[in-house]
Amino acid sequence: MSLLIYAESAEGKFKKVAFELASYAKKVAESLGTTVTAVTVNASDVSELSKYGVDKVLKVTNDKLATFNAKAFADVIKQAAQKEGARVIVLSSTTDSIYLAPLVAVGLEAGYTSNVVGLPLSTSPFQVKRNAFSNKAFNITEISTDIKVLGLAKNSYGLVESTSTLSTEDFSPSLNDADFNVKVENVEKVTGKVTIADAEVVVSGGRGLKGPENWGLVEELATVLGAATACSKPVSDLGWRPHSEHVGQTGKPVATNLYIAIGISGAIQHIAGINSSKVKVVINSDPEAPFFKVADYGVVGDAFEIVPKLTQKLKEFKAQNS
Amino acid sequence: MKILVCISHVPDTTSKINFTNGDSEFDTNGVQFVINPNDEFGLTRAIWFQEQQGANVTVINVGGPDTEPTLRKALAIGANEAIRINAKPTDGFFVAKQLAEVIKQGQYDLVICGKESLDYNGGMVPGMIAGLLGYNFINSCIDLKVDGSSAKVIREIDGGKETSSASLPLVIGGQKGLVEEKDLRIPNMRGIMTARTKALTVLEPIDANNNTKAVKFEKPTPKSAVKLVSADNLDELVSLLHNEAKVI
Ligand SMILES: Cc1cc2nc3c(=O)[nH]c(=O)nc-3n(C[C@H](O)[C@H](O)[C@H](O)COP(=O)(O)OP(=O)(O)OC[C@H]3O[C@@H](n4cnc5c(N)ncnc54)[C@H](O)[C@@H]3O)c2cc1C
Repeated sequence: MSLLIYAESAEGKFKKVAFELASYAKKVAESLGTTVTAVTVNASDVSELSKYGVDKVLKVTNDKLATFNAKAFADVIKQAAQKEGARVIVLSSTTDSIYLAPLVAVGLEAGYTSNVVGLPLSTSPFQVKRNAFSNKAFNITEISTDIKVLGLAKNSYGLVESTSTLSTEDFSPSLNDADFNVKVENVEKVTGKVTIADAEVVVSGGRGLKGPENWGLVEELATVLGAATACSKPVSDLGWRPHSEHVGQTGKPVATNLYIAIGISGAIQHIAGINSSKVKVVINSDPEAPFFKVADYGVVGDAFEIVPKLTQKLKEFKAQNS
Repeated sequence: MKILVCISHVPDTTSKINFTNGDSEFDTNGVQFVINPNDEFGLTRAIWFQEQQGANVTVINVGGPDTEPTLRKALAIGANEAIRINAKPTDGFFVAKQLAEVIKQGQYDLVICGKESLDYNGGMVPGMIAGLLGYNFINSCIDLKVDGSSAKVIREIDGGKETSSASLPLVIGGQKGLVEEKDLRIPNMRGIMTARTKALTVLEPIDANNNTKAVKFEKPTPKSAVKLVSADNLDELVSLLHNEAKVI
């Protein structure tokens, strides 16, 4: 039986999503009356997983898997699932996991559903709630296959500690040459900056900021909050900011704890990408801006006056509270 | 080079989302349908290969007769021919099975899909096609070049990008970046006229399982009104974020 998660790591260290996945999986495993096994790839210290309820780790150490490769990683997860007799496999929603999940599903003849936002509503039949229509609605999906693959939406469950006694086993899946037919030649990563994918807080700017020369305002506020910066689509289309920062229906989804939108009107396509963020703050000079309808907190006024003041206040707050 | 572009027929991005029949079905009433934006980038890239490298471009959709205007639009943009598989696309695996069958029969070198469709956001069809056929697969592509039988692809990764190479046949999941938005094609009169004479073949589906089923839909609960803070009282905002929202 058992339930399997793929606990993602980078440079040997677990990503936060691995812990969220473990927390979620623990709860699902309880309702199924089973335990949680995690498969890890080149993670150095796996003991941390015990804090979030993982019972067993299948530890894969292999130089050929030093860089991510969807087909090979899918093969690892598939073999781990087969070895454990896993009936439910839970993956996260990072770019890499979304990439490999359908390969795992086909390999195991499993039904797969992505964007899962909560615990199963029922385990027989197996039904989960997922985001659909770019976060404008939810859909309750039933998976009818014997083996099920779930993709958990980021920040939809959170971290829940629960101690377990962890057993660790080295695992050497058999990899074939075809697993490496896609050859990675070069990886370019932004270093030293919080990325939208990892951020807890995102500060985002729209066309209301008038031009790229004014982005210092956004960046200073982001620095104080340890946040990533983002933007609306026209801003990236105009070349004020890189495309990788464009959030929304046709850009990146953002599911952070706090999303601050400055000079963004709140068009439906923008909102679709940030709906899953927990707390939304809007700064806009137009009291009729649609963004105020979905925001938790709002300030009506000129961003050029408000943002520097807010940055200053937050600096003082951080100084007092750190 | 034979290219197959998989086209999903989705509600326009401004659509209000509603459900009918006891919240078990998407309400298409008054909804405008379009080519899925991620697929549109792929289609334009395919037309570029057609013009620059003499590729032949087929577009395909799994759907009922109501999706034909979307396929005609793709033909008007420049695709050589279109295929519709006459079935309701209710499950990603079912759709992938249908597409894989056509790809096997038609021996396509390059299969371009969008990384996800903007209705169910499943993100599963491209990978499943590749898995079913054992083809190479690269997701979240933001650049694609083909030279003979090998492709060079750039994909977006969390916090950066990655360049890789793979031989054909290849399946990609594409997105904005495959072409710039300003380079997207709008059908012109000539395109619309010639599209009428191009072949749109209708195929019946092969037997395949539905592994999943959308049982019911829900809309998010309406949220309480925004709390407005005066621009002169930003201390209050800081305090709300700390004490009430507990996010700082
Ligand atoms: C197919 C399609 C897909 C799309 N996908 C996306 C997407 O993924 N993401 C996305 O963001 N958009 C998307 N869009 C575009 C979207 O419809 C809007 O055009 C866009 O979100 C508007 O960006 P904006 O709010 O920055 O600019 P604007 O609409 O120009 O709004 C600027 C705002 O700034 C305010 N402002 C101006 N000056 C100040 C000031 N001094 N201080 C404070 N506020 C000020 C204004 O009141 C206004 O509300 C899409 C559109 C289409 C057609």
